[in-house]
Amino acid sequence: MADIVWRAHGGVRRSTRAWRVRTSAVIVAAVVLAVLVVPPLVNLDEQAVDLAAKLRPPSLAHPFGTDDVGRDLLLRCVYGLRVSLLVGVVAAVVATVIGTAVGALAAASGGWVDRIVMRLVDIFSSVPHLLLGIFIVAMFRPGVWPVVVSVALTHWLSTARIVRAEVLSLRSRPYVDAAISGGASRLRVAVRHLLPGVLPQAGLAAVLMVPHAIWHESALSFLGLGLPTHQASLGTLVQSARGSLLAGDWWPTLFPGLFIIVPTLAIAGLAGAWRERINPRRRSELML
Amino acid sequence: MTSAISGAQGKRAARRLPWGPMARLAGRRALFAVPVLLVVTFGVFAIAAASPFDPVKAYAGTAGLTASQDNLDQLRANLGVDRPLAARWWEWLTSALTGDLGDSSTLRQPVADVIGERVGWSVLLAATAFLVAILLGTALGVLAARRPGGWVDRAVTSLAYTLEAAPPFWLGLLAVWLFALKLGVLPSGGLTDTASSAVTAGQVASHLVLPAGVLAVSQLPWFVLYVRQGVGDALGDDPVRGARARGLAERTVLLGHALRSGMLPVLTLIGSRVPELITGALLVETVFSWPGIAAATVQAATSVDFPLLAALTALATAAVLLGNLVADLLYGLADPRVGFDG
Repeated sequence: MADIVWRAHGGVRRSTRAWRVRTSAVIVAAVVLAVLVVPPLVNLDEQAVDLAAKLRPPSLAHPFGTDDVGRDLLLRCVYGLRVSLLVGVVAAVVATVIGTAVGALAAASGGWVDRIVMRLVDIFSSVPHLLLGIFIVAMFRPGVWPVVVSVALTHWLSTARIVRAEVLSLRSRPYVDAAISGGASRLRVAVRHLLPGVLPQAGLAAVLMVPHAIWHESALSFLGLGLPTHQASLGTLVQSARGSLLAGDWWPTLFPGLFIIVPTLAIAGLAGAWRERINPRRRSELML
Repeated sequence: MTSAISGAQGKRAARRLPWGPMARLAGRRALFAVPVLLVVTFGVFAIAAASPFDPVKAYAGTAGLTASQDNLDQLRANLGVDRPLAARWWEWLTSALTGDLGDSSTLRQPVADVIGERVGWSVLLAATAFLVAILLGTALGVLAARRPGGWVDRAVTSLAYTLEAAPPFWLGLLAVWLFALKLGVLPSGGLTDTASSAVTAGQVASHLVLPAGVLAVSQLPWFVLYVRQGVGDALGDDPVRGARARGLAERTVLLGHALRSGMLPVLTLIGSRVPELITGALLVETVFSWPGIAAATVQAATSVDFPLLAALTALATAAVLLGNLVADLLYGLADPRVGFDG
């Protein structure tokens, strides 16, 4: 999936944009709260089976309805979001660490190391992400870690490119030259002058990667290659709702999907605002 | 750059395609594809070697549970599993060059046959979806670009972002619910009706509508946003303002001038959409049980069918490289300043 970034175009008023960012922030805050606070607080069993109340359509008692064994779908979605978000964040962090390390190494080494590393990055970009992810998960059997590894290993390539470009551009700045001629050690130049410039870019890449990672996790889980069903993620929820859907009941499928879409848009909205702040000149560019 | 543009040959000759430079670009890309495919297939073998996957057990299947250790050891020797990674990879590669890609353990037939039987259906699905996405995306993009910030623009852009975030498998399932179950107007999956075994064009067409539609919708946001951007930028350019100043009709300005120059950046990226198309096909073919190559990939992954997976990964990579070549050829043709030097 391509990156989604809200684009600020000339026609949209500043107030509309501020509203968009505020809405995104509220949604992200709500998601984080729901994921962190609800499970320990409400003390409800999301696995609680109630065969008397199976496949109830949405109602006041069950706002999202119930699934084919009578489990409350709102609760299942919150728990699914929790699992998906956790997998997404861990995978995004791992991918960002790998990407930053490789990109920085390539830029710092230069010469043939740089050329070989970046050529390898180009080559592995030619394999569709989901296909490579499917391959890795298939080889390492389903489970949480294979999914994290598979998503992380397919997503560090773009971060490596971004970080390398940033380090190269920072290294040619006068203040870095000044520090070097002033006798600063390599380590000091890296930590004091390069790292502060690279961190925001890498952080932004990590945030933008979270929706990607959730998307990939849910796709793998939907294909039956991701998380096991007892660790219900949003993808597993859609997968296990297939039977009910073919029997005509739409709600077990609809709501987990919305739980993927809304946080994705909210995170993209916030990241877009952040990106405009750290790259003001690239504002008008469409990034997909 | 090319002899095709030399003025003496007249207008007709100037329209001739620059075959020479195009062929040279294709040749260079074919040469670049060799190391790419070598590295990717080696990577695939390396991942398999690092994983707990055991080819002997996969080959023996359920019989492996009851077979004696001697038989398993014999099988291990026959399959050459004990040999080093590089040797196994090289052997696979050399026999692949002769057309022998090994046997699929799930489908119990040669991998080459699996690909041959299924690739046509995948191409049909992907091409239909792509065509629909381009046409619909261009139409919506132009509508949105006409008045930036207007309600049409905002509606189209919001829809595009939402669709971009929506997982294709979820869209597919909802489409099945709406069109196959509620409205009952379209079949929910497969290639033909369950009752009939013959594959007729009419049956395939009706079974193609839903998967192709969903795949098109999953590719749509990208086209909409790029066309909107391209046409929106072009509307502020001098040629378009010149056309307006000459008093040309709004329709002519929009479709004849702005769309033409606005489509240029879109054109070059069409070929580079192959990875996303493959990603979408993996999910859509599975949802709709479409007998294509992407659905076979998922089946192969579910039952850890290494020979099939390795071949399909290499095939997908080759498709991506071909897409990139097509993109560069199209761009070079559309914009002679770019040329074919890439």
